[in-house]
Amino acid sequence: MQKEVALDVVLSCLRNAMEQFGNGQEGAVGTDTVIVGQSAVLDSIGLVSLIVDIEQRLEADHGIAVTLASEKAMSQRSSPFRTCGVLAEHVCSIIAEEQTA
Amino acid sequence: MVITGTSKGIGRHLAESYAGEGYLVEGCSRRKADFQLPGYTHHELDVANERQVKAMISNVSRRHGRIDVLINNAAVASMNHVLLTPADASNRMLEVNVTGTMMFCRDAAKVMIRRRYGRIVNFTTIVAPIALAGEAVYAASKAAVVTFTRILAHEVGQWGITCNSFGATPIMTDMIRSVPQDKIDAVVKGLAIKRLGSLADCKNVCDFFINPKSDNITGQVVYLGGIT
Repeated sequence: MQKEVALDVVLSCLRNAMEQFGNGQEGAVGTDTVIVGQSAVLDSIGLVSLIVDIEQRLEADHGIAVTLASEKAMSQRSSPFRTCGVLAEHVCSIIAEEQTA
Repeated sequence: MVITGTSKGIGRHLAESYAGEGYLVEGCSRRKADFQLPGYTHHELDVANERQVKAMISNVSRRHGRIDVLINNAAVASMNHVLLTPADASNRMLEVNVTGTMMFCRDAAKVMIRRRYGRIVNFTTIVAPIALAGEAVYAASKAAVVTFTRILAHEVGQWGITCNSFGATPIMTDMIRSVPQDKIDAVVKGLAIKRLGSLADCKNVCDFFINPKSDNITGQVVYLGGIT
């Protein structure tokens, strides 16, 4: 999957999650929008909802079944969920790993 | 509706009953089902195999677009004194009974979230609250299922998903056929309702938990026979 497509999915799902679980911050979301850590736009439940929504969207719209919160992802020193851009790269990376497995 | 462990016993009874009532039932077991029913689809898998569990839920989600009900019935038991229990047997019970249940709940709940609706019933056993000697690891694994279910109820309740546990009294299925009769009699003697459980008893409790009206019933455990 191309990163632009993955980013579109991430941003679309993030907007949905922010509607339900956002911390009240307004403004456009983009590559550098922070998802995890200080100044994150979502709380912890919002992050769970976002990850599940992305997985479900990838499966429903692209026929790709992946698990984004893999053991490897969760144990990385630098979170693969920290910004929209990093998360989009993580999505591409996980899909590539699945396809070569 | 997804039901695990449908090749025989309680799981098969539930699959047959709910398919007969018009549910589209997706069942699974490690071996092929020796029955066919309208509305019933069987999947051959090991509930402790993460890849196989994911593949089944993904398959169900693709074909139906939704999962309304999950009944985690599949389990393995190894009745043995702790001092004679091999680690492999213990690990297998924990893998199937705890991790298998967790994986089905996790993956089915992800699908249920889409429609903000779901009913999850996880099977436990009365041998945990009555602390039945000879079933320490099995009982421990099922006690874990109760705790897991209570917490899961809090984690997914906001998406309209309810999670409850059900513990049957002894029922004459393959799982307990090897248990000595005097031991079964002693268990029944300690019940408020002094009889074996029945398949109908199990379905009755499941009917209650999966009823759409039971949307405020979650995190609960119901035992048959007066056990608390």
